[in-house]
Amino acid sequence: MSDSSPSLYAAREPIFPKRVKGPFRNLKWAIMVVTLGIYYLTPWIRWDRGPNLPDQAVLVDLAGRRFYFFWIEIWPHEFYFVAGLLIMAGLGLFLFTSALGRVWCGYSCPQTVWTDLFILVERWIEGDRNARVRLHNAPWSLNKARLRLTKWATWLIVAVLTGGAWVFYFADAPTLLQQLVTFSAPPVAYITIAILTATTFVFGGFMREQVCIYMCPWPRIQAAMMDDNTLTVAYRDWRGEPRGKKRQEGIGDCIDCNACVAVCPMGIDIRDGQQMACITCALCIDACDEVMDKVGRDRGLIDYLALSDEPREREGNKPRPIWQHILRPRTILYTAIWGLVGLAMTYALFIRPEIEMTVAAIRNPTFITLSDGSIRNTYELRIRNKHGEERQFSMNLTGDLTLSLEIEGSPYRSVPVAPDSMQKFRVYVTAPASSPAATADQTDMRFWIEDLGNGDRAHADTHFNGKG
Amino acid sequence: MGEQRLDEQTGQTTTGHSYDGIEELNTPLPRWWLWTFYLTIIWGVGYTIAYPAWPLISGATSGLLGYATRGEVAEDIAAHEASNAALVEQLVAADLTEVASGTDLHRYGIARGGAVFRAQCSQCHGSGAAGAIGYPNLLDNDWLWGGTVEEIAYTVQHGIRNETDFDAHYSQMPAFGEFWVRTEIEQVADYVLSLSTGTPIEDGADLYLDNCAACHGDNGEGMRDVGAPNLSDAIWLYGGDRDTVIESISNARFGVMPAWGQRLSEEDVRAVSLYVHALGGGE
Repeated sequence: MSDSSPSLYAAREPIFPKRVKGPFRNLKWAIMVVTLGIYYLTPWIRWDRGPNLPDQAVLVDLAGRRFYFFWIEIWPHEFYFVAGLLIMAGLGLFLFTSALGRVWCGYSCPQTVWTDLFILVERWIEGDRNARVRLHNAPWSLNKARLRLTKWATWLIVAVLTGGAWVFYFADAPTLLQQLVTFSAPPVAYITIAILTATTFVFGGFMREQVCIYMCPWPRIQAAMMDDNTLTVAYRDWRGEPRGKKRQEGIGDCIDCNACVAVCPMGIDIRDGQQMACITCALCIDACDEVMDKVGRDRGLIDYLALSDEPREREGNKPRPIWQHILRPRTILYTAIWGLVGLAMTYALFIRPEIEMTVAAIRNPTFITLSDGSIRNTYELRIRNKHGEERQFSMNLTGDLTLSLEIEGSPYRSVPVAPDSMQKFRVYVTAPASSPAATADQTDMRFWIEDLGNGDRAHADTHFNGKG
Repeated sequence: MGEQRLDEQTGQTTTGHSYDGIEELNTPLPRWWLWTFYLTIIWGVGYTIAYPAWPLISGATSGLLGYATRGEVAEDIAAHEASNAALVEQLVAADLTEVASGTDLHRYGIARGGAVFRAQCSQCHGSGAAGAIGYPNLLDNDWLWGGTVEEIAYTVQHGIRNETDFDAHYSQMPAFGEFWVRTEIEQVADYVLSLSTGTPIEDGADLYLDNCAACHGDNGEGMRDVGAPNLSDAIWLYGGDRDTVIESISNARFGVMPAWGQRLSEEDVRAVSLYVHALGGGE
């Protein structure tokens, strides 16, 4: 390759988004406050579950293999709830994308929210767009170094807090905080914080739109979710073109002030049409509306538009109402599936039992003969007690009145099961010599357990093997 | 490689790559991606230096960090044993009859004993402890030398009829085939078989009482001091059919068990005793 020819690689073009005011900007501020608030504060919410269980409202206890969410406690065998939530999240993303384009990207993606926060910090310290451009182009000086260092230090604090908040979801937050500041926390906590601090700092401070354009797979597949009726941020070129100064004759509404370009965090020009780099954050709408108000023209030169309205609008008709774009078979189908999964999960949540039992018949050997000639089978019962306190369980069996039951290591017919745990019991079932069950090949039977605390019962079916 | 040129249609330059006249537009990749690519190469090389990687004639480079998966397993085992050290100490010191079911010590003993059993005992007694012909079933409630946890521990420790442990259980039944004629043996066999029906026959009773009752008891109830089996119950170590009983009387039996105290640690002997005791027949 000769020196004169363009490189196959390009350096990042720095972007200096200008401050903007308007309803969409306000909505984004509100979403930022709510999502960051949820993220930072949730681990600190307390929830009383009694003396044997953690009192943190949201806790992913990896070591104990439990997930606590307010009044819900998920065991590993109930992981389908998490799978269901992921399916709902996926369908929700499909639904919102097909209705409103990349609203997820524009408003609530962590990359967008944190980048917004980092740009806010940048603006506080270095000033708005023009000041930042000047600073960027200025040679290194004491003042530039001071501003840059202040900015990076503030970013770093935000990044540490971000990484720090994450680990509180996995351990008791007050205890872990105390451990963290006294340097007695587990190494994995520090490593996790370090990695998340680094990614937050680099992604929010320096990578920004590069993450969306080059690293994220979502922009590449979003087109599959969108169609002509999807409302997305677009420029009414039939109204705006040809661009020009206000006083000239025969020109459109766009005065080519570049306000939409100046505020764009992705550094693109929306007037070029829909493009992969657009995250539909709608800040250009606010910027353009402000300018349209000033020059006395109608708002909405840049607006949420559906492609299917373009021919109508070109002919001078009004666009169809928004609900007609949003309510269509595709979105209705997504909503229906989303709702069905949600209903099924809610139903499953309410019917799941507090006690459970599984029975494994020990078939090595299939049966044994005792000295008096009676026949004995051995079973392994696993009793799961989801209550926060120890419960006493009585054991019984039905199916054949001659069968008797005995629990290994216990003279009683009831056993205690520790709080929030599963315990295994070795249980013997004996049929007297030459009774029907002892001589038959197989006899059906059913184990019962009863929670003596509240009378809840559970059962499991199995067979008794005789000599036959 | 063709010429790089400006593509008029798109306003973009081409890369100069041309395949059968099809040219590629230059859409530059971000420069940082190139750096990331170089970094991964450097990382990859560094990784193979730090960790075991490059194959040699016999083995591979060991890596500067000295990491080895085998070493990690050894560390895990050492850590596991360290965490159980207190329980092992308790197990060795405990009075086995006092180790209550449901305690941590009992659970640990059962788990450890189960592992010992599967490795050392299952060859004769079976993986499910159901035994085999000549090798006692450890699940039932019939014990030749006693079924309390201490008696089981003694048997495990010293074994039966072996020549290596002076304290091994020892007894030997005479082979009556050397003294009796065939009809006498058959009479006693029939008598022995009738003991478990509850109504013994008369033929053979005298022979039994004179020759067998000293060890097996007047009613065939057996005697644990000498490991003489109970002949009146439903359990037969070598089989309860007439031919097998005749064979046992004629040639006698001499089941041997090694003295596991010579091969296993004390905690393993105690653990496996707790395990066997909790299989359903423990007394």
